[in-house]
Amino acid sequence: MAGKRYIEGEQKKRGCRDMADISGREVAFDESLLVAQAQDGDVHAFTELVNRYEHKIYRLAKNITQHDEDAEDVLQETFLKAYGHLNEFQRHAKFYTWLVRIAVNESLMKLRKRKTEKTVSLNETTDADGETVTREIAVWDDNPEQRYSREELRRILEETIQSLPPIFRMVFILRDVDGLSTEETAEALNISVPAVKSRLLRARLELRDRLTKFFKRKSDDVFAYL
Amino acid sequence: MSLLTCKEFLDGLTDYLDGTLDEEFRRHLETHVNECPNCWVIVDTTTKTIQIYKGMEPQPVPPQLHARLMQALEKKMSGSTR
Repeated sequence: MAGKRYIEGEQKKRGCRDMADISGREVAFDESLLVAQAQDGDVHAFTELVNRYEHKIYRLAKNITQHDEDAEDVLQETFLKAYGHLNEFQRHAKFYTWLVRIAVNESLMKLRKRKTEKTVSLNETTDADGETVTREIAVWDDNPEQRYSREELRRILEETIQSLPPIFRMVFILRDVDGLSTEETAEALNISVPAVKSRLLRARLELRDRLTKFFKRKSDDVFAYL
Repeated sequence: MSLLTCKEFLDGLTDYLDGTLDEEFRRHLETHVNECPNCWVIVDTTTKTIQIYKGMEPQPVPPQLHARLMQALEKKMSGSTR
């Protein structure tokens, strides 16, 4: 792939032994280079970007639409649109944030088409009163995830996150799972920074509350809060 | 600044966990957490919630879906309608 070839060339020049020698800054530079090459018509560079982000975009689409077929369509539409509009991408922005914005729009369109109760508006106001979502107060094990097999844990985490309202789920996935900054999350979802913060608080507390029944220390009973 | 209430603690929780609180408010919040067992549990279990989800790698895109995506892209690229 173009990006990998470039990195290998740079590694030789700098005497680096392996990929681990490349700092995060250089990886970001590598992404900018791939985007620039893709904008110049290098299809291999764009394919490399697809390989890099398709699994994250697919997870995001599944989380928003909660529908396998819709998520598959969203994945395809996101990259087709990204390719078609590549020249509109501003190089100072982060490519993944731009992709997320396309994927979120495509996912919301799918929800609107289905006209289900899942239909959401990103501008919906939320009451982020944390006290309403701190019902379960119990100490967890030190490494609670070790109580379950990998498959069981994945099922618990996925079912729990799916039980959140979409507007909280999206913010949590982007901010805490994908590692976007608060500002990048706001940009990707086209909402304000305070809205990201208030939804993130609510999402974190809701998840914590719902996971307590799986992870609380066996000997500890729930005790009243406040 | 007087001692924080549990409500004030919750209001500052996201910034506290993200490390974006100013030094003075962070100290007040930590004082509250050290003295309030329930809020200590909230901080501890919310931190663990985030860590557990962070460790959850996305599953790979199913090979057939990846193949369909690449096929659609190749078609678009060969048409070069950008």
